[in-house]
Amino acid sequence: MNPGINLSLLVISLTIYGIRLIPFLFFRKPIKNKYFRSFLYYVPYVTLAVMTFPSILSATGSYVTGTATLVVGLVAAYLFEDLFSVAISCCVVALAFGIFF
Amino acid sequence: MFKKAFHQGLKHGIPIGLGYFAVAFALGISAKQVGLSVIQAMMMSMGMIASAGEFAALSLINEKAAVIEMIVTTLIVNMRYFLMSSSMTQKLSPKTSFGHRFFLAYSITDEIFALSVTVPGYLNPYYTYGITLVSSLGWTTGTGLGLVASNLIPEPIALALSVAIYGMFLAIIIPEGKKDHFIAKLIFISMLASGLFSITPVLRQVPSGYRIIILTILIAGLAAWIRPMDFSEDTLQDAPEEEDVRILQE
Repeated sequence: MNPGINLSLLVISLTIYGIRLIPFLFFRKPIKNKYFRSFLYYVPYVTLAVMTFPSILSATGSYVTGTATLVVGLVAAYLFEDLFSVAISCCVVALAFGIFF
Repeated sequence: MFKKAFHQGLKHGIPIGLGYFAVAFALGISAKQVGLSVIQAMMMSMGMIASAGEFAALSLINEKAAVIEMIVTTLIVNMRYFLMSSSMTQKLSPKTSFGHRFFLAYSITDEIFALSVTVPGYLNPYYTYGITLVSSLGWTTGTGLGLVASNLIPEPIALALSVAIYGMFLAIIIPEGKKDHFIAKLIFISMLASGLFSITPVLRQVPSGYRIIILTILIAGLAAWIRPMDFSEDTLQDAPEEEDVRILQE
């Protein structure tokens, strides 16, 4: 049975919130197992790397622009370490290349 | 101290909010095609704050899917949030009151999670709330504007804004790689694997949500096995006030 737009939105919102909430209710204390805890420690680095590459290459619809953005992003992140500067550097490069390619 | 963390969060939320705005704009256009009203689209974005999750939600609504299918598809598409929430629980001080967990759970998106779990020491929830406020604002207004005025922002600018998020990801992981060469290798291997995954026949047809989960479990699992961290020395301590939130290096 199809629930209609409003009810669908409610069902999906609650499901997504549930996925996010359950671990918070479940893991109430620091995890003692060092392997599992190390795994959770490494999760963000792997996840972010996987989400960045190769998506960044095709994000603007041009591989040339995408590659330039990646290179500038890597260099800027290495040099500045500051979120805002790196994000803006990437946007500027993407815009400049986007105009020409 | 709450105020300072909250302000720092607001500031760090700006690039996220901008990137979200651009992506949400595209989302708003899709929402219009599916037949949502401005209010419905904005409620969706406020209630879900999930990019892939919301595009999936729209296609479910468009297909007039049954409730069970909605729940199952939503679980699969958003499963990575489960991993992220689990990871974030380990950044909470035992002194953090229980009620925060309900608000932090709402704040779990790729970007907000990334900023929150990479602060030195324990996480001050107010830092996360600052980021969430700005991000959610960009996300929700972007969705609404995309729906009512899809021609408002020139395409090159919208496209350029959409890479802000990747710049931010790099700014989070690369400096850690500089300090710890094991993390640097981890980042390199993860990108390499992700790249190979996306060009290998058969594997490349796997939706990106699954790719993220599969590679994260595999590579982070392997890393934990190769180099388990020593947490016995209380690596997580109450950070001194100055380091309570990520210090901007300007």
